[in-house]
Amino acid sequence: MNASVIDRRRVLAGGGALIVSFSMTSAYAADQPAPAAPPPKLPGSLKDAPFLDAWIRIDADGAITAFTGKAELGQGFKTAFQQIAAEEMDVPFASLTVITADTGRTANEGYTSGSHSMQDSGTAIQNAAAQARALLVAEAARRFEVPEESLHTENGAVISFDGRRIGYGELVAGDLLHVQAQPTSKLKDPATFKVMGQPVPRLDIPAKVTGGAAYVQDMRLPGMVHARIVRPPSYGAQLTACDISATVKMPGVVKVVRDGNFLAVVAQKEFQAVKAMRVLSAAAQWKETASLPKQDDLLRVLTRLPSQDTTIFQHNDPSAVGAKTIEATYTRPYQSHGSIGPSCAVAQSTDGVMTVWTHTQGVYPDRQGIAEMLRVPLQRVRLIHVEGSGCYGHNGADDAAADAALIARAMPGVPVRVQWMRDQEHGWEPYGPAMVTKLKASLDANGAIADWNFEVWSNTHSMRPGGAGSMLAAQHMAQPFAVPDPKPLPLPEGGGDRNAIPIYTFPNAHVVHHFIPAMPLRISAMRALGAYHNVFSIESFMDELAHAAEADPVEFRLKHLADSRGRDVINKAAEGFGWRKQQKAPQGRGYGFAFARYKNLAAYCAIATEIEINSETGQPRLVRAVAAVDSGQAVNPDGLKNQVEGAIVQSMSWTLFESVTFDDTRITSIDWQTYPIARFNSVPDRIDVHIINRPGLPFLGSGETGQGPAAASIANAIANATGKRLRNLPLTRRRIKDAIDA
Amino acid sequence: MMTLKVNGRDHQIESDPDTPLLYVLRDEIKLNAAKFGCGLGQCGACTVIVDGKAVLSCVTPLLLLEGKQVTTLEGLGTIEAPAPIQRAFIEEQAAQCGYCIAGMMMRAQALLQRNSRPTDEQIRAELEPNLCRCGTHMRILRAVHRAARLMETADASSTIDGSVR
Repeated sequence: MNASVIDRRRVLAGGGALIVSFSMTSAYAADQPAPAAPPPKLPGSLKDAPFLDAWIRIDADGAITAFTGKAELGQGFKTAFQQIAAEEMDVPFASLTVITADTGRTANEGYTSGSHSMQDSGTAIQNAAAQARALLVAEAARRFEVPEESLHTENGAVISFDGRRIGYGELVAGDLLHVQAQPTSKLKDPATFKVMGQPVPRLDIPAKVTGGAAYVQDMRLPGMVHARIVRPPSYGAQLTACDISATVKMPGVVKVVRDGNFLAVVAQKEFQAVKAMRVLSAAAQWKETASLPKQDDLLRVLTRLPSQDTTIFQHNDPSAVGAKTIEATYTRPYQSHGSIGPSCAVAQSTDGVMTVWTHTQGVYPDRQGIAEMLRVPLQRVRLIHVEGSGCYGHNGADDAAADAALIARAMPGVPVRVQWMRDQEHGWEPYGPAMVTKLKASLDANGAIADWNFEVWSNTHSMRPGGAGSMLAAQHMAQPFAVPDPKPLPLPEGGGDRNAIPIYTFPNAHVVHHFIPAMPLRISAMRALGAYHNVFSIESFMDELAHAAEADPVEFRLKHLADSRGRDVINKAAEGFGWRKQQKAPQGRGYGFAFARYKNLAAYCAIATEIEINSETGQPRLVRAVAAVDSGQAVNPDGLKNQVEGAIVQSMSWTLFESVTFDDTRITSIDWQTYPIARFNSVPDRIDVHIINRPGLPFLGSGETGQGPAAASIANAIANATGKRLRNLPLTRRRIKDAIDA
Repeated sequence: MMTLKVNGRDHQIESDPDTPLLYVLRDEIKLNAAKFGCGLGQCGACTVIVDGKAVLSCVTPLLLLEGKQVTTLEGLGTIEAPAPIQRAFIEEQAAQCGYCIAGMMMRAQALLQRNSRPTDEQIRAELEPNLCRCGTHMRILRAVHRAARLMETADASSTIDGSVR
């Protein structure tokens, strides 16, 4: 323990100006799990970081800070966490501060992913705050020599029945909060909430709309230089020659860094670095290998690659017999995260400690990767999360952090800022994996599903660091790190098989996951992982079956769904949309419906859509969408709506427009011209999001729940409008036109 | 060395004349709002106003800006005294990650300066060059309508707190 604390202090001492001091006890709490985990499971991330002061700190002046190991990515949870902490601490919202992911200060909560922030970190903060408040009340009772029941809290103070009052800051002396959390907390009654459940305006927006420094891209450290990377032109390309003589003579150029196939240039000013990058790029000669599969034949490519096959769900009832069988195959291409701001990081090596400011989703795992790459102990690397452009999963953030660290190592003491160029973000980010699903089901004589077969072919959906080999810089070094072997993400959450198991009740069901280890394109986690395509497939196929059964799609879903919260969101979305049985959309339009519970264990979401199709051109336009969402206790209803509205528009963009393109050697979708996404002309007239609040029930997270239902609802509306079923994503104007003309 | 007028102030600029305005604003004048998104004029994250018109600063070299007035988001208002369009975006909570938002606001501002009551179709058409990846479009549209109303009414008394639906 002592060694780790000393190392940590050294890290902090070397970290530069952004560090505030913190107690050694909280450093210990933040860094290490408890020596022995208590037998009952602690709530949320408390199970990994059980000391209360890893989450809540109260200073002697009464200032309260809440800590989270999660990274704000634009979802707005920092505001929600502040609401939670303020509520359970009984202090005014504005009196709190929230500190986010920093290996020097916060708990190790792994990645900010999987809609887990509210569940893991929100739950930990809620319970830690409630338990901290209880400890403060107990301490006040001891000092006042009165029973705890006679005390109450208000505005950051404990108040006695006789009017005596003592502030939290006065009570907290010593190690009061350096205690392990208890499995249960005395949480507030939701009926008494003052801050939770309110649409509190987000704390980060004022700076973002007035030009404040809000992003890692906006960081300017004293003496900072600008670097640009010259990436290989394709996967596996080898740098055979590079004459740097012209580059180093350019104005402002400070250094060219070459390490194997890793090539970068550093200049005093940013545009000097860009110009030097272009000259260096022209001087670099690469040997390329044609290694990419046929873009137009992903169905065959994926289903013919060796796979590890697992039956992940099996249910048999021989008494149910199908009379009418249909089958269908659905495909999804590789798709880009497509962050608007190319990835960026700032790194500085000072006194043997590398500090990296990064918009990574996982400061701790990324630190591990960077330490391995630099071949230094973990304690010599500190990662501090600073917001970047929205990432929607594993984009170039971790790679940019590694780039910055590798360059900064060559320039001790000098802060180095790296930002990728547009073609680098588009060409090198790890894509959302291509997928194939094959479905087959039978209807019984009553039009109910008697048997259901679902097979999914997919890569893993996470190649995140951890190991150095996950990061481009480490792969490209002269002594490279191998890309780690991919692993399927385990169920119940799953990866390629996320949401592959139907939530509906079928007498016979069989679900197989074909996990494909070989990765022809660089891939990793993208918002909702496999759930996007699996829900698209299941919910499209449910409509195909409803059509075969001549049943209303909403009624057909309800007929097969026992889950009452699921039924509630379906009914709410249908009601909000004005869904009626046997309704007919106006000429050229169609109505669609879809539903899922994300991961079958998180938030529920149903979405009804109306689509308009131009019969001449095939051009689709989402006219309106109505969603209903149940994500448990809603902390910030406006933030939740913002997430779901965004999910619908983004999923619409994926679903109607997007696929990564490539030839046999190179990625060819390298900007917004070659990788078009939704623009304002395709934005719907309106989106309505109805929240079904569940006071007192666990947070379920809402960041990804809309992706799958939005896609399927749109596909179903297109089928309703055209009478033609499209099963290959994206559902482009061309494909719709071809289907209409067929 | 040339003089560039940004947000009403003259700046002596050292950058080469071929340097895109974006880098001058960010690197030399140390402004944050205009963002690098593509460097190709495809996404609008770098949008600023030059002599009343929305301009893509990432593809506009310094040498074209002699004698012109450049306005960035910082020139419209401050966090303490936000301009109507800034208030409108706060009141509508029209951001997720927010990286595209400064560019959106500048293009909308340019529209509102020449057309104080644009229709929804006009706003959509105007914002067409600007990309948002978080899918905040519905809120952005509402915020631009709200900004138009705020600019119209002299009454600037409504407060930010509690105005979110």
